[in-house]
Amino acid sequence: MTALLQAEGLQKTFHSRGREVHAVQNVSLSVSPGEALGIVGESGCGKTTTARMLLRLEEPSAGRIMFDGADITNAHGRHLIAYRARAQLVFQNPFDALNPRFTIRRSLTEPLRNFAIPVSEHQDRIESVMRRVRLVPAESWLDRRPHELSGGQLQRVVLARALISGPSLIVADEPVSMLDVSVRAGILNVLRDARDSLGLAALYISHDLALIRYVCEQTIVMYLGRIVEQGPTAELISRPAHPYTRALVAAVPVARVEQNREGLPIRGSLSDAPPDPSGCLFRNRCPSVMPRCATEAPTLRTIAPGRMVACHLEGAM
Amino acid sequence: MLYWTRECPSVRSASRVLRFLRHEPFAVAGGAIYFVIVVVAVFADELAPYDPRAILKLGSRIARYQPISAQHWLGTNSSGRDVLSQVIWGTRSALEVGLTAAIAVVAIGTVLGLLSGYLGGWVDRVITWLADIVLGLPFLPFMLVLAALTHPGTGIVVFSVAALLWPNTARVIRAQVLSLRERAWVEAARVTGCSTTRIMFVHVLPQVLPLAALYGSVAIGWAILAEASASFLGFGDPTAISWGVMLQEAYANQALSRGAWNWFAPPGAAIMAMVLAGFLISRGSERLLFPKLADQ
Repeated sequence: MTALLQAEGLQKTFHSRGREVHAVQNVSLSVSPGEALGIVGESGCGKTTTARMLLRLEEPSAGRIMFDGADITNAHGRHLIAYRARAQLVFQNPFDALNPRFTIRRSLTEPLRNFAIPVSEHQDRIESVMRRVRLVPAESWLDRRPHELSGGQLQRVVLARALISGPSLIVADEPVSMLDVSVRAGILNVLRDARDSLGLAALYISHDLALIRYVCEQTIVMYLGRIVEQGPTAELISRPAHPYTRALVAAVPVARVEQNREGLPIRGSLSDAPPDPSGCLFRNRCPSVMPRCATEAPTLRTIAPGRMVACHLEGAM
Repeated sequence: MLYWTRECPSVRSASRVLRFLRHEPFAVAGGAIYFVIVVVAVFADELAPYDPRAILKLGSRIARYQPISAQHWLGTNSSGRDVLSQVIWGTRSALEVGLTAAIAVVAIGTVLGLLSGYLGGWVDRVITWLADIVLGLPFLPFMLVLAALTHPGTGIVVFSVAALLWPNTARVIRAQVLSLRERAWVEAARVTGCSTTRIMFVHVLPQVLPLAALYGSVAIGWAILAEASASFLGFGDPTAISWGVMLQEAYANQALSRGAWNWFAPPGAAIMAMVLAGFLISRGSERLLFPKLADQ
């Protein structure tokens, strides 16, 4: 199956106060039509920057992005608009994702207008997308402004705005992390139902492995701007190969009061990254560190069909 | 969680406006002064007891130096013209100069501030550099040199105010835009296919307009002061009926040594009232725009 979205060797280097910060290094990924891919990692691992580059909100320092067979790395003007109509974003913070001055109707009309969808279709499209995100009857919501809605309702509107242009790919950057736990499942289900019935591909960005397991078939684990492991979600969680993935899995809370949990297998924090970028970036926190880790950076290698890991541990499983 | 949408200046309801009126007597007073001035300017024809340009006669002699009386509520000046009628007609030129200059200042300042803040890069550097230079220019000498080189008149006054006052507006708008452009809904506008122009003028501009209007109200006062100074120094339009020209005539005819306060006090008070109104309004709306400042 040909990939819908494919990225090769994405890099992003920020310059701040004369220092170079490698936010994303050599990230390659692909999303097939209708597939859900998750990117997990802690704050600052480059997952959001990766998503922003894929959506052309951030210019990559190097690398190539293909969408539906076309190179969109440097697309602009008409081509970029055409790409935007097919790749949409769901924001992390629904309270800030809608123009506070615009009514819901106007926020939903904005993409229709920009993507040159005939005015005669607008009303139908708005009503059908509002039904899809379960804000019915549409008329009772459309003339309100964002401050009149709750977080969950706002996120449904944000989702509606993303779906209204009929995209093939939805990028959801921490779509429920700002919401009350009670409304999270509702949003995720709306998102999943929309994907199922429209055959949408999705890219979920999250720090929450539990969420990723709930919605994604494939998962990528990032650490300090690099992919450390990738593979089918179920396998990756049941048999994590990379020590960092093992730590992430071990950190997922379990709903049991009397739990016998071992301490996390890793120590330290992101800021303990070795100052010397040669070698493995995880070596200062790794429980299985070897002399080789300080000299040679591990590259992604295939350990099973569809599973890749960047670690020197032999058969790291 | 909702604080930034609730306190956003754009979200204004009728009740909020009413509350504002009750809590901001200064702004209400400022608005009232503007209202009176506008009414007087509109109905100047009806309100003025005499033609402000007419040289009035008393029998066969020119009615100059008349004290305050029932016929001339504010007396007449040295050329036999009715002072009250001139003050009333002066509102027109004051509003004309004030509004034109304010609109120009707000338009230039807002557009440049918007471009500078949103586009960044070299556009920002050029505009900031220009603003720094202009802020260094002294106002009165600039206007006088300009008037001396061309022909004196209200056009020069308006131009000078617009050319020298835009940086104040532009700086504030730029700062505001710098923070707005980081908001997720601006990014959302990009993702939903808005062009840069559309984001700037349809999404961001409405958010900064109240702030721009605030600077406009200050510019009105500035323009009127500038017009008065220019006229007083003889660089205004000598045929215009304006408060500044009245002050100049009073000065040229030794109003002070004659004790003819009725020549200069009324136009002076009118100028003060109008500048004050701008200040009061800006002070009041500052609280509306930046509610957090009021708490401190």
